[in-house]
Amino acid sequence: MDVQQDRGQSPVTAPEMLTGTGASTGTAVGPVAVMSPPPALPERRPQAVDAAAETARAAAALERVADLLQERAAAADSEASAILGAQALMARDPQLAANIAKEIEGGEPAEWALDTAVTGYQELLRSAGGYLAERAADLDDIRNRTMAVLLDAPMPGLPDPGHPFVLVADDLAPADTAQLDPATVLAIVTRRGGPTSHTAILARSLGIPAVIACVGAERLADGTPVAVDGDTGEVVVRPDAERVEAAAQRAELRRKVLETSVGPGRTEDGHSVKLLLNVGAEDPDAAGAHDCEGVGLLRTEFLFLDRETEPTPEEQYESYARLFRAFGDRAVTVRTLDAGSDKPLAFADQGEEPNPALGVRGFRITRAMPRLLERQLAAIARAVDATGARVRVMAPMIATPAEAAEFAGLAREAGLAEVGVMIEVPAAALLADRILEQVDFVSIGTNDLSQYTLAADRMLDTLPGLLDPWQPALLRLVQETGSAGERLSKAVGVCGEAAADPLLALVLVGLGVNSLSMSAPALPAVRYALARHSLQACRDLAALAVASAGPEEARAAVRAAASPEVAAL
Amino acid sequence: MPQRTATIGSSVGLHARPATLFVQAATATGLAVTIAKEDGAPVDARSLLSVMALGAGNGAKVTLTAEGDGAEAALDDLVRLLEIDHDAAAA
Repeated sequence: MDVQQDRGQSPVTAPEMLTGTGASTGTAVGPVAVMSPPPALPERRPQAVDAAAETARAAAALERVADLLQERAAAADSEASAILGAQALMARDPQLAANIAKEIEGGEPAEWALDTAVTGYQELLRSAGGYLAERAADLDDIRNRTMAVLLDAPMPGLPDPGHPFVLVADDLAPADTAQLDPATVLAIVTRRGGPTSHTAILARSLGIPAVIACVGAERLADGTPVAVDGDTGEVVVRPDAERVEAAAQRAELRRKVLETSVGPGRTEDGHSVKLLLNVGAEDPDAAGAHDCEGVGLLRTEFLFLDRETEPTPEEQYESYARLFRAFGDRAVTVRTLDAGSDKPLAFADQGEEPNPALGVRGFRITRAMPRLLERQLAAIARAVDATGARVRVMAPMIATPAEAAEFAGLAREAGLAEVGVMIEVPAAALLADRILEQVDFVSIGTNDLSQYTLAADRMLDTLPGLLDPWQPALLRLVQETGSAGERLSKAVGVCGEAAADPLLALVLVGLGVNSLSMSAPALPAVRYALARHSLQACRDLAALAVASAGPEEARAAVRAAASPEVAAL
Repeated sequence: MPQRTATIGSSVGLHARPATLFVQAATATGLAVTIAKEDGAPVDARSLLSVMALGAGNGAKVTLTAEGDGAEAALDDLVRLLEIDHDAAAA
């Protein structure tokens, strides 16, 4: 089913409420702008009569797309500009044009010739793997845009109505979301998607309210005013003045409250809960400028992905040192390379695996390529020596105490003092005490822990309820880990998306977690929530959540029992 | 026909930004420039898709050819462009 075809059959005109899953906190009111889906080839293939005219039509369409990309490149910042410029160059590719002309000579109409020629290049790029395989997605974009021109269909991609809007889409692809500007996108509503889907994670990291898996979203038309509630999952169509006013007041209150929420994380009774930042490829100095107590998760994959060869020790050292300097005396937690599965590396390809999420990924890559981790640890240690920074290292995808011990041995041998592991496999949570005997700290990755505990693939958008971070079974495993940390007086952190939900953050603290790592926009609301609850209050909320029948009940029970100021945010 | 060999200097290989710069420069010569990997068939150096699909990594040897006025000088410029590491230069 696609948005385009459904719209118009029964358009939403009267006040009405649509319901989905709240995926990113906050409220917003604004006019809808629909993201058009990529145009498909028409069902009937017309007889191509005039090859010369068809070739000229295809060439003109490609030229128009190239111009459009070039225009957008001129308006974009330097990094986006380079990518758009390269896309424009692809649209102007003389060999692509020649291949299209060849197909047309063979009797294909322009649309089909375009499709065949693009698919040919995509297969070539995909078979090369790694970075080139990802460029195949850029060609999708060129095909879709050119197809829209040829078919006179609305241009796919992000809408640009010239004013702030509520983005409505079937689902968002990484390429779409990379260009989202929080200043113009007031909220996101998608018909599909799950709580750990790309859309949800990105919306949270940008602080944009979002409702996903919203039934009826396909009937929303451009310009229709909607009020979006990213907590309850409600989308009110044509809201009355009262509701608009209420939403505006709430947004204003939230803005004021969050502006004044600064400094280290503390419960109401002064118990420290470190508020940390999740960091990836962004600019280290910009990351370091955030009001946080350090880095809880440095994803080092950004150095390794998209490359044919392993980054040199020198290059790694320089990247780490730059980040460490940006954080001064605040501790930085470095996660060693988490590749494999959904993040394949060209130089460490493990081949096809029937269940990649259960395959050779994370620390397990060390089995096949032991030197890779050793070189990374050496580069981190060198950057620590050069900067004097306080650095903690941790390994992803640890399943057993023996693996934890193996990693700890390697890290300490490299000269790194503070060593930990991620808890993202249920086996590791169940034996958290034995794992903590081997290491100094653990950090719970709730996204993967949720996927493995509920046996629900994170990449699927058909299982949103199971992947809900409020699942009592997931919370029980956090509790197991938190209690082990308390018994052994060792630090237990959470660096999954769960830490970014203010109410759930209270529950995590009540379960024994003493640091929370998240994307920057989520920090103020979590800090505010903590400051309004004592440690005992957090423990009471945690007990309520763990005892609940399911995620919805847990969320409702905690919302009702938490400070009303926090629930109203 | 004038011909040159070059060693890819870019640490990421001949794709992304280095490939874009090379294709733009090859197009700007106005000549029919080709590029081939060792033992590979030559492809149109003005085609970004063909150049990327070569999959020429860091250190790979490539052969350039061009025909027409100014081909010798144009090839020299293109060889220089291929042999610098753009990423290191930018950092």
